[in-house]
Amino acid sequence: MAQVKLRKISKRYGNLETVHGIDLDIAHNEFVVLVGPSGCGKSTTLRMIAGLEEISGGEIVIGDRVVNALPPRERNISMVFQNYALYPHMTVRENLGFGLKIAGEAPSEIERRVAEASAILGLDPFLDRLPAQLSGGQRQRVAMGRAIVRNPDVFLFDEPLSNLDAKLRGQMRVEIKKLHQRVKTTVVYVTHDQIEAMTLADRIVIMRDGRIEQVGTPQEVFEAPDNLFVAGFIGSPPMNQIDATYRASDGAAVLQDGLAIPLHRSGLVDGQPIVVGFRPDALAPKGHALFADNRRLSFDRTVTLAEPLGTETILFLPLSGKEIQARMLNPRVVAPGETLAFELDLGSVHVFDKASGKRIGGRSWQGLHASN
Amino acid sequence: MTIERPWQRWLIRAGVFFAMALLCVPGLWVVLTAFRPNIEILARPPVWLPQNPTFDNFRGIFGLLPDQQQGLPVARYFLNSLVISLTSTFVAIVIGMMGGYAFARYRFKAKGALFVSFMLSRTVPGIALSLPLFIVWSRLGILDTSFGLILVYLAINIPFTIWLTDGFFRQIPVDLAEAAQIDGCTRWQAFWKVEFPLARSGLASAAIFAFLTSWNEYALASQLTRTTVSKTMPVGLMDFTAQFTVDWAGMSAMAVLIIIPALLLTFLVQKHLIAGLTFGGVK
Ligand SMILES: Nc1ncnc2c1ncn2[C@@H]1O[C@H](COP(=O)(O)OP(=O)(O)O)[C@@H](O)[C@H]1O
Ligand SMILES: [Mg+2]
Repeated sequence: MAQVKLRKISKRYGNLETVHGIDLDIAHNEFVVLVGPSGCGKSTTLRMIAGLEEISGGEIVIGDRVVNALPPRERNISMVFQNYALYPHMTVRENLGFGLKIAGEAPSEIERRVAEASAILGLDPFLDRLPAQLSGGQRQRVAMGRAIVRNPDVFLFDEPLSNLDAKLRGQMRVEIKKLHQRVKTTVVYVTHDQIEAMTLADRIVIMRDGRIEQVGTPQEVFEAPDNLFVAGFIGSPPMNQIDATYRASDGAAVLQDGLAIPLHRSGLVDGQPIVVGFRPDALAPKGHALFADNRRLSFDRTVTLAEPLGTETILFLPLSGKEIQARMLNPRVVAPGETLAFELDLGSVHVFDKASGKRIGGRSWQGLHASN
Repeated sequence: MTIERPWQRWLIRAGVFFAMALLCVPGLWVVLTAFRPNIEILARPPVWLPQNPTFDNFRGIFGLLPDQQQGLPVARYFLNSLVISLTSTFVAIVIGMMGGYAFARYRFKAKGALFVSFMLSRTVPGIALSLPLFIVWSRLGILDTSFGLILVYLAINIPFTIWLTDGFFRQIPVDLAEAAQIDGCTRWQAFWKVEFPLARSGLASAAIFAFLTSWNEYALASQLTRTTVSKTMPVGLMDFTAQFTVDWAGMSAMAVLIIIPALLLTFLVQKHLIAGLTFGGVK
């Protein structure tokens, strides 16, 4: 059993605090992804779990031991680095077996486990090569192989795919997911790529400026972002966010251009500055989406740009002084300048307090999403 | 890169040949002279290739010629040189490597200033220190000892080794030692099993530099040594100058003896040397 617990973890460099008291419970065999923009403290947090970075405050528990004072080698973890960190002077075989050799395993046992890992990752043809003689994807595999041969309690990944090209990244993402299904282990995975986070994670931890903004399953953070930051970070294309004012008389959000969007929310006061958010999926030209009759809002807009992606087209249109995006499924050809009737799914509109950026109304709207 | 035309290539070759000739001819002359009889050495116009090559000059300096009563203690000088150079190189590499590693990997107070001051110590011409050194060494009673000279060469070589190895260790990604620690190594094991093997070329070239510095050094050695107890080969060369004459033949023979070990060593580790000087292959 290897759960990982972070209790009020912080990191200071001199007077500069870069991680501010993070709390996080990671369950046994759970795949948790730390995601956030560059510089938000993901790597620092991961390295504190690994024991490569001193913990300035708080406690880290792996299994049922407080590991604060333990060096990396006593934490029974393994780690895949962004640039793989393969030992350049050792063959793939030696790279894979290095940890076992240090641990004093018998040569026959080392050979058996290296063979096993190599078979899982398809490294057999490369065992006698040096890292310099491998492609990026192969090096990546060796790095993962080196991590799994030791049967650690926890796998740590620090942006393992960010040095690969887009296509290979997609392949390796799938391989990592399969690997986790096969080698059930607790995983803490760091990335700045929200797609990686969404596709790999059991739970996503979204970080900003050394703090956790939200923790939840991919579906939770996508469908019920706690605040504007998470709403903007998760999902691609990003959520449209428009400033508005709440009007109590008819319970609507009034945009700067006068458009009134009916809200089904409590907890708002008349005149309150708010931000309404809706994903491009919630906005489509009439006839391209099936939003329920009783909760859709129609308005005409002139398309400024159409981005065809094959099965869908992203349309850019002006709304209340901003350029927003709509997603058109089963697309037809749309020329810029063409005026279309758009429909907005009111059930998918999120409301945030303008001042605090916090979501308003909790998940009350989810009732409308009964199909989920 | 533009492709060079044939005439350009020949121009470059001619230039290189001229430069190399300028550099090598004096050395070659010394080597040739070591194998000539004295008549040829003093001949005018000069004789280029030895007409009667001979080993007599070498026999002479070891006192092996029949009509000679006594040679010079060349064997002793050679031994002194070897002991002093090897010891000072070994110690300088060990200490310099630790220092270079510390500069490359750790943060500590006044790191930058310390590093610069090491470099500045190299800007002082050694000979300027010879008188103070002489006085201090004589007070300490280590004048004319191998130990005294080793100490001086350490002072010269350690800063340089630190400077070189710092550069080599800097080019080895920190991740490698971290990966090794996660793989179960202690900090110490991570160094010896991962970082040290990768820095080996660099250390080899640092060792060559340190060895050659000690092996060839003359100015300080000539002040701090007096007798066969500690005199080194370059100092021994001066034994061939008498008040009114210079024994060019003997001197050249001895110069060849000085050159040979340096040359041998350089050849032995030249693979490492080149790898060390054109570092950056780690990736
Ligand atoms: N050695 C250090 N000294 C001072 N600040 C550092 C050091 N290492 C990282 N930081 C700072 O800590 C913050 C978090 O860094 P990091 O964890 O690497 O971010 P991420 O991995 O999320 O991109 C950054 O603002 C970075 O500048
Ligand atoms: Mg990072």
